[in-house]
Amino acid sequence: MALKIALFGITRDIVGQPTLELPAPAPATVGALLDHLRANYPALGQLRSCAVAVNNEYAPADQALGPNDEIALIPPVAGG
Amino acid sequence: MTPHLSITDQPIDVAAALAAVQTEAAGAVNSFIGTVRNQSGGRRVRRLHYESYDSMALTQLGHVVAQAYAKWPMLEKVAVVHRKGTLALGDVAVVVAVATPHRAESFAACQFIIDTLKQVVTIWKREEYEDGTEWVAAHP
Repeated sequence: MALKIALFGITRDIVGQPTLELPAPAPATVGALLDHLRANYPALGQLRSCAVAVNNEYAPADQALGPNDEIALIPPVAGG
Repeated sequence: MTPHLSITDQPIDVAAALAAVQTEAAGAVNSFIGTVRNQSGGRRVRRLHYESYDSMALTQLGHVVAQAYAKWPMLEKVAVVHRKGTLALGDVAVVVAVATPHRAESFAACQFIIDTLKQVVTIWKREEYEDGTEWVAAHP
């Protein structure tokens, strides 16, 4: 199963592109995805926080990821 | 009551946001207007860039407003408009407007919405200084 991840804010700068495609076998859960990305892009681990959104909702670490999910990396927000 | 929620790359019409919450059932309209400040942490700011993950920002904003309605059932109407893109000093970045029967709840609900928006709504701010740029709040 492959995954496509949208990147925003500083995570896009760190990775250097607006989306990331992970070929199969991709991480199966939110937690595994974060571990994988932090291992490949250590600067992600230095952020104040880095959440994963699945289908426009903040997702817990044990949530499973599917090929049809809209997945995004959410660095610390700063609206307002 | 369906709230008026939007994220726009156009200048915010504050009067329109206030008008959106007008109702004869409310005796109080309260608003918060966030504007672009000329300094941040002692550094002179030249302009701001807001980036938004629109679909999630609107979803989360909907949750924030739903929480406000749960906490203050007398809440009549709510409008939240957030700007994105490049903003100059003094530009309006966000407007929150609420209408309630009496004033106490209007202050409380307005503050709750802007405070919670800042915690969960997927909008990012990059400040541009004389000597570089920085994503706000990104690092501890």
